[in-house]
Amino acid sequence: MRYKDTSDLEISLLLEAIFRKYGYDFREYSQAHIRRRIMNRMAVSGFEDVSQMQSKVLNDETFASELLQDLSITVTEMFRDPIFYKSLRENVIPILKTYPFIKIWHAGCATGEEAYSMAILLQEEGLYDRTTIYATDFNQMALNRAKDGIFSNKMIKEYTSNYQMAGGKESFSSYYTSNYDNVIMNQSLKKNIVWANHNLVTDSVFAEVNLILCRNVLIYFDKNLQNKVQTLFYNSLINGGVLCLGSKESLRFSDLYEQYSELDTKQRIFKKKY
Amino acid sequence: MQYEAIVIGVSSGGMNVLKIISSSLPLHFNIPIIIVQHLSAHSDSHWIKLLNEKSHLNVTEADEKEKIKKGNIYIAPPNYHLLIEKDKTFSLTIDERVNFARPSIDVLFESAAEAYTNKLIGIVLTGSNSDGSKGIKRIKDCGGLVIIQDPETAESEYMPKSAIATIVPDYILPLEDIIELLIQLDQQER
Ligand SMILES: C[S@@+](CC[C@H](N)C(=O)[O-])C[C@H]1O[C@@H](n2cnc3c(N)ncnc32)[C@H](O)[C@@H]1O
Repeated sequence: MRYKDTSDLEISLLLEAIFRKYGYDFREYSQAHIRRRIMNRMAVSGFEDVSQMQSKVLNDETFASELLQDLSITVTEMFRDPIFYKSLRENVIPILKTYPFIKIWHAGCATGEEAYSMAILLQEEGLYDRTTIYATDFNQMALNRAKDGIFSNKMIKEYTSNYQMAGGKESFSSYYTSNYDNVIMNQSLKKNIVWANHNLVTDSVFAEVNLILCRNVLIYFDKNLQNKVQTLFYNSLINGGVLCLGSKESLRFSDLYEQYSELDTKQRIFKKKY
Repeated sequence: MQYEAIVIGVSSGGMNVLKIISSSLPLHFNIPIIIVQHLSAHSDSHWIKLLNEKSHLNVTEADEKEKIKKGNIYIAPPNYHLLIEKDKTFSLTIDERVNFARPSIDVLFESAAEAYTNKLIGIVLTGSNSDGSKGIKRIKDCGGLVIIQDPETAESEYMPKSAIATIVPDYILPLEDIIELLIQLDQQER
């Protein structure tokens, strides 16, 4: 065999070091994913082996934060999975309409596209003024970009088509102003969004909310960690509150499955039982 | 030699080829098969149902955390990378595209090579880009068996050619012979 595989032990020692020194806990993430990202970083930065990289991580905070960026995948879109947003409009908005005040938590919001999509939807449904959106992530750099609400206009064509497929009622271009290669999201969308740093693995219940969206975050966690985070969500939802997962994520293996009813099985929308 | 899994990478021209493979393998074919076919991000899973109806084996979309079992042909869902964990379960990610593709063949192959080492068969079929070449090298370097579709017989020769330029495969064969070989290898297992 010519390929010398990095041992699991080396990788778990590196993750242990990151946790002990910086408090970021990747020890229960998908191993194949973590391995791929670490091996890529090793190749890009030209390290011979993981232990070389480990001493760099421990002694160089700039490098450590680069590695953190490697391990936090902020790939996202506006109105990603348009059919999901359509289902939100049809199945979840009517529930939200019954509350005088609405709190929504986007866990793992990355650079904010999902939260802006939600703000647009709520505005169109006449609910935004009584809503607070908590958008959280453990990646501060991503959060800073989310706060700015400035996105590359290269993506706008796709987002516009997503928005229309999602049942958008206006012209998508009315939600931003163009500025050279970028678009700037309207101030009126930002006003009720609270951006906050929160780590799903190490931080506790964030707020009591009516709706949680955590999409394409749990796929990166192993089963055990998924279960822990599901408990966190369960404890953060009011009775009758709604939980939305990514289109390939499921509650089926979770210990809490019985505590929810399914509002839309295909779009992974669940309602916490009373 | 005991093979525990087969990974297949295929791109343009893939629909036909996958139809032939899934309908030709016999009922008791044991080694699980895991496939990345390049598709558009929004495509649905209807075609998997069609493949399943015509196959003796169970053709299904690979699910997050699912345990890999014999008698199945797993297909990567559109718009996600498919990875194999060392405990022989699937992980999905939405990391950046690799070789302009998500799912990427390289991503599947590299993780499969690390999970199955020399108990893996890697196959590159028709396609018009170079995804899979890095991954097939990893499979070879980990001691796995490497089969490439004879470019002359492939609908798109680019992908098999690119793989052949990267490594010396164990076999370069037309599709029918690949299927024949797989059936033989599967029978030797027992
Ligand atoms: C792939 S993005 C998903 C973005 C968005 N929800 C979507 O579906 O388009 C995953 C996000 O989860 C965040 N994340 C990963 N682990 C986390 C943790 N332990 N706590 C909070 N956020 C985390 C990453 O920083 C990243 O921004």
